[in-house]
Amino acid sequence: MQMESLYQEIILDHYKHPHGRGLRDPFGAEVHHVNPTCGDEITLRVQLGGTDAEAKVEDVSYDGQGCSISQASASVLYELLVGKTVGEALAVSEEFRTLMQGRGKVEPDEDVLEDAVAFAGVAKYPARVKCALLSWMAFKDATAQAVGAETGGTP
Amino acid sequence: MTATAARPSALDVEAIRADFPILSRTVRDGRKLVYLDSGATSQKPRQVLDAEREFYEQHNAAVHRGAHQLAEEATDLYEGARATVAAFIGAQFDEIVFTKNATEGINLVAYSLGNAATAGPEAARFAVGPGDEIVVTEMEHHANLLPWQQLCQRTGATLRWFGLTDDGRLDLSDVDSVITGRAKVVALTHQSNALGTINPLEVISARAHAVGALVVLDACQSVPHMPVDVMSTGADFVAFSGHKMLGPTGVGVLWGRRELLAAMPPFLTGGSMIEVVRMEGSTFAPPPMRFEAGVPNIAQAVGLGAAVDYLDAVGMEKVHAHERALTAYALDGLATVDGLRIIGPPTNEARGGAVSFTVDGIHPHDVGQVLDDLGVAVRVGHHCAWPVMRRYAVPATTRATFYLYNSTDDIDALVAGVEQAKRFFS
Repeated sequence: MQMESLYQEIILDHYKHPHGRGLRDPFGAEVHHVNPTCGDEITLRVQLGGTDAEAKVEDVSYDGQGCSISQASASVLYELLVGKTVGEALAVSEEFRTLMQGRGKVEPDEDVLEDAVAFAGVAKYPARVKCALLSWMAFKDATAQAVGAETGGTP
Repeated sequence: MTATAARPSALDVEAIRADFPILSRTVRDGRKLVYLDSGATSQKPRQVLDAEREFYEQHNAAVHRGAHQLAEEATDLYEGARATVAAFIGAQFDEIVFTKNATEGINLVAYSLGNAATAGPEAARFAVGPGDEIVVTEMEHHANLLPWQQLCQRTGATLRWFGLTDDGRLDLSDVDSVITGRAKVVALTHQSNALGTINPLEVISARAHAVGALVVLDACQSVPHMPVDVMSTGADFVAFSGHKMLGPTGVGVLWGRRELLAAMPPFLTGGSMIEVVRMEGSTFAPPPMRFEAGVPNIAQAVGLGAAVDYLDAVGMEKVHAHERALTAYALDGLATVDGLRIIGPPTNEARGGAVSFTVDGIHPHDVGQVLDDLGVAVRVGHHCAWPVMRRYAVPATTRATFYLYNSTDDIDALVAGVEQAKRFFS
């Protein structure tokens, strides 16, 4: 079955037992993103420990509805990005986006992506790439807003 | 009803399938294709593909202009397709407007009404403005919702709608208070693409006409699947798409009552739709040409004509009976799956072959993915009917839709696939 390349065990584990799920206070910014092709939604909050690229991502909390890919992806994001600096987190996000949009031709870097390498198979299913990226796009948006809010400028 | 009793016998499905080359291909590592997504777009028989190819190979020319032989032949074929479509739905030849698809047909009506206020005295009766109401239903496809929302936004009219009952029907408990004397348009679907519900048109069109409102019918999911006589629908306008009825993409039909089309201002303007053009101003051709600006989708219209010929040869009564039997069989089969909830009418009464469902604990996308892995093509998501999903508090559904080339084997594959999805995600 080809499907096992999509639904890696790690993905199913994160889907059935999501990490960091639920909206928490305090937070610097909150965003709501939807996937208009399927109606999936996520609300995501980011709490940063400062205002620049060296600031730590202290918490990412989220809630929403979506398929196994989108839910597991949010769970992996939480595991991967909390504790990193904003600069590091955005670099990992960029690496993940490149992998997802690589049509299955990008070799994932396990040192950078850790559990997120399990999503490599998703890149071969164009209809599911947006599912995997939903929370990551929300994170990028929320982080830009949080940085902007804390410096008093626009993101 | 038992599964055996529901086994369709109205059609020779094997013979029909032989006309559809795509149905013999395999998908996902050699799986037999089980195509249950005709509600999104139907497959095309060889006869339709041949008609399009023959048009391009033998007769291609721009229609309604040029005095050469090819132009004559192309015009004859294009207008012949119009006559074929007209006869298929009980309409007059000059009441058939070829559009890009049903979406364009509905937008054509909405924009014509929006243009009416400034289009002279003949069009004044179509004008929409503040204080007027446009009535839709909560089960509309976005194609029969957004054009009306936008018309309201442009003109200051108010959008109102019929809600839905828990079992997927229109809530008609108070028709007179939804369709009031202020209603200018009542737009609704004949058969819901997301729920499968077939709506009772008589009660709605009777009330609409009693208050002087126009009835616009989205027939995308009815004309391909059952005999439809436009004159007996009570509608003033009926829109449908060619690609959902074995025809090519890029061609649709808008039918309108002759006297209405004759008085309506145009939507798109340009070549072909004119009477006299001067620098100071222009006048327009009578319908249907008034509504067909530019060189039209000729080959696609010819292909649609071939699709109608194909459906006529099979017989729409038989197509409908076959799909009713398949739907009963599917409702029975899906009812055996623990945790499966039908979104829409649970019985086969006043219902077509679009069956939406959810499965406890598994997102519809994931159900669809497992089915795809088994070669079963279904639609997942909100089916361009997002308000329907909200009404039933589901993020999305998995939807199977049936057509004349489907068999009970296809439905067995669907039910087995859903069971497999449950095992996979348990």
